[in-house]
Amino acid sequence: MKKLKHLFGIKGLEKEQLEYLLNLGESFIDVSRRPIRKAPTLRGKTIINLFFENSTRTRTSFEIAGKRLSADVINISASTSATKKGESLLDTGQTLAAMQPHVLVIRHSVSGTCEFLADFLTNTAIVNAGDGAHEHPTQILTDLLTLKRAGGYDNKVITMVGDVAHSRVARSHLLAAKLMGYKVRLVAPKTLLPSQVERYGCEVSYDFDAAIPGSDVIYMLRVQTERLTDNCSFPSIREYHEAYGLNRKRLAAAGEGCLVMHPGPMNRGVEIATDVADSASARILDQVECGVAVRMAVLTALCGDAGGES
Amino acid sequence: MMLIKNGHVIDPANGIDQVSDIWIENGNITGVGKFSGKAEQTIDAKGQIVCPGLVDMHVHLREPGQEWKEDIESGSKAAVAGGVTTFCCMPNTQPRLDHAGVLLQVIQRAEQVGLCNIHPIGAVSKNLEGKELTEMRELVRAGAVAFSDDGMPIWHAGVMRKALEYASSFGFMVIQHAEELELTSGGCINEGWISTQLGVEGMPAEGEDSMIARDIMLARLADAHYHVAHISTAGAVQLVRQARTEGLKVTAEAAPHHFNLTEEEVMNFNADAKMSPPLRTEANRQAVIEGLRDGTIEVIATDHAPHHEDDKRCGLSCAAFGIVGLETMLPVSLELVADKVITMSDLVAKMTSNPAKLLNLKSGTLSVGAEADICIFDADKKWTLDRSKLFSKSRNTPWHGKKMTGQVTHTLKGGRVVFSDGVVYD
Repeated sequence: MKKLKHLFGIKGLEKEQLEYLLNLGESFIDVSRRPIRKAPTLRGKTIINLFFENSTRTRTSFEIAGKRLSADVINISASTSATKKGESLLDTGQTLAAMQPHVLVIRHSVSGTCEFLADFLTNTAIVNAGDGAHEHPTQILTDLLTLKRAGGYDNKVITMVGDVAHSRVARSHLLAAKLMGYKVRLVAPKTLLPSQVERYGCEVSYDFDAAIPGSDVIYMLRVQTERLTDNCSFPSIREYHEAYGLNRKRLAAAGEGCLVMHPGPMNRGVEIATDVADSASARILDQVECGVAVRMAVLTALCGDAGGES
Repeated sequence: MMLIKNGHVIDPANGIDQVSDIWIENGNITGVGKFSGKAEQTIDAKGQIVCPGLVDMHVHLREPGQEWKEDIESGSKAAVAGGVTTFCCMPNTQPRLDHAGVLLQVIQRAEQVGLCNIHPIGAVSKNLEGKELTEMRELVRAGAVAFSDDGMPIWHAGVMRKALEYASSFGFMVIQHAEELELTSGGCINEGWISTQLGVEGMPAEGEDSMIARDIMLARLADAHYHVAHISTAGAVQLVRQARTEGLKVTAEAAPHHFNLTEEEVMNFNADAKMSPPLRTEANRQAVIEGLRDGTIEVIATDHAPHHEDDKRCGLSCAAFGIVGLETMLPVSLELVADKVITMSDLVAKMTSNPAKLLNLKSGTLSVGAEADICIFDADKKWTLDRSKLFSKSRNTPWHGKKMTGQVTHTLKGGRVVFSDGVVYD
């Protein structure tokens, strides 16, 4: 297996690497459930979380992942506007890299930020915690570990509903599906689908009800309500919820055993009804727990001594 | 007297395409043919092409206002290094070329530098805002040769109609940067499979096509000359072709990057391949090539758009639009001849006499009596582009490290050698 140098996205990863991270992640679930939630794996390692976009869960997840493994974790919230005026993104990245962290975890609204910075930063592993609408690899690891623990992802059909156009989670899943052997079925109005998305080899439907049968997972994407006024992507929350929201009736149509997932944060009453979010089918909090575990795995693979031969 | 001997002379305006000598006195061409006599200075152009100095009707000089990207001197040096002796500069400087005083300043500075003929394109609208027309007649008197808001489209149909009517009243054309902003805003590359994979907003081809379709109707209504800048889509080429078949005064230019490269160049988030209009798909590239072949597209122009590396090194979607092109126009365009799309004479026409004719410029010919603005190039010379060696102040080229065939060996301006073998003589 190739040693992981950076984690930019699902693109460029081998199946074996993903499986390795999932197995390692699964082994870390236990660390988070012990009375003493700390392992010495990353003692002496420095991790900087550099977040240019607001994020509570992903940043906290990375922070806890690092701390549970005894790494020194520093969080930086930089406003995106600071990259336009004042210090450039490149200067911020180079400055932090000069402080010799082992890992730089980056979230940025500009697609390709990690690849861009990696060209200039040496000796620092970069983890993509979400770049624009491009990739969000640790979310995919999170979801796959959740499924692995719920019976597996092989040949499963994940019906993904919502704003695919602006979703990095959707893109990373579309790449991972091909690699790992599961299927993604996209559901959205055309206004929320990116150009030529069918070229990922996925099914595409505009009709949520028609897409439900045969789904093993219904995966709801967060709807950014500002899209409503920004570019006419949908006329109202009411109509969106009617057409593309996951309610009790649709969940029943999916049948017993169909799981509900959401990368968070949820808009209750928009893409997902409250009773569905709180139902026994929901794996949304399992996802959050698995998120910490897979991030522990990623940090270990990048700055620990494990992770395959170099 | 200066003699250029034994070169393959291509002068499309005069129908010359043969091995010949050219002799020059007092800065003007005094003869083309077989020279006998004594010359004080001789350039042996055996095995090389001798053609009029190239005419590039679409260049962004950044002076006044952004001289750290390019100024009139560095832009002129880049031009002559690329064989270009005449070019038009677009009005999106700071301040804009929307007042006679700014045009006169540019012209005066260009004369001081003295390497090229530089003709300003006047702004169509005040401050390029697309609302009120500039004093076009005044701008013409100051030296404007055409009008455009390039960088921005003339967006409102009413303003475009008036611009076409008013400019054509004085015999001048309107050059449109065709981009329906409603369809392209926020976009940074061509909309399609690649923008989807990169997760960036796209600019659909229809953003260009729809504005050109509208403009052609307005040009018909106004009975005016409408020129499409940097045409990049199959739809746009077809619209221009139809308009020309109908007999409308509609012309178009293509930039080398649009017939040489595709959107694949940005797959690795390469900001040096980001420009507007963006690199398109292979089918669009082929359509532009077909437009060049069948004459729908009469002109090759660079859309030379220098940007500092700070404006490019900030992630694809934040990076500035544009690439430099003056120093790569000829070798990149020569591929059209190598690929047998057009003849060498047709290619030279698209970079000399055709744009000169559209703009009513005296340049672009080797006629006896004309100013001796001459480009001599080795069409077979192979070399590799190194962006650090560009004369432009900016380095934003997608051809860095790529193999080029064809190299300018000499550029003459008014009979004076201003560039030879890699050196600019200013």
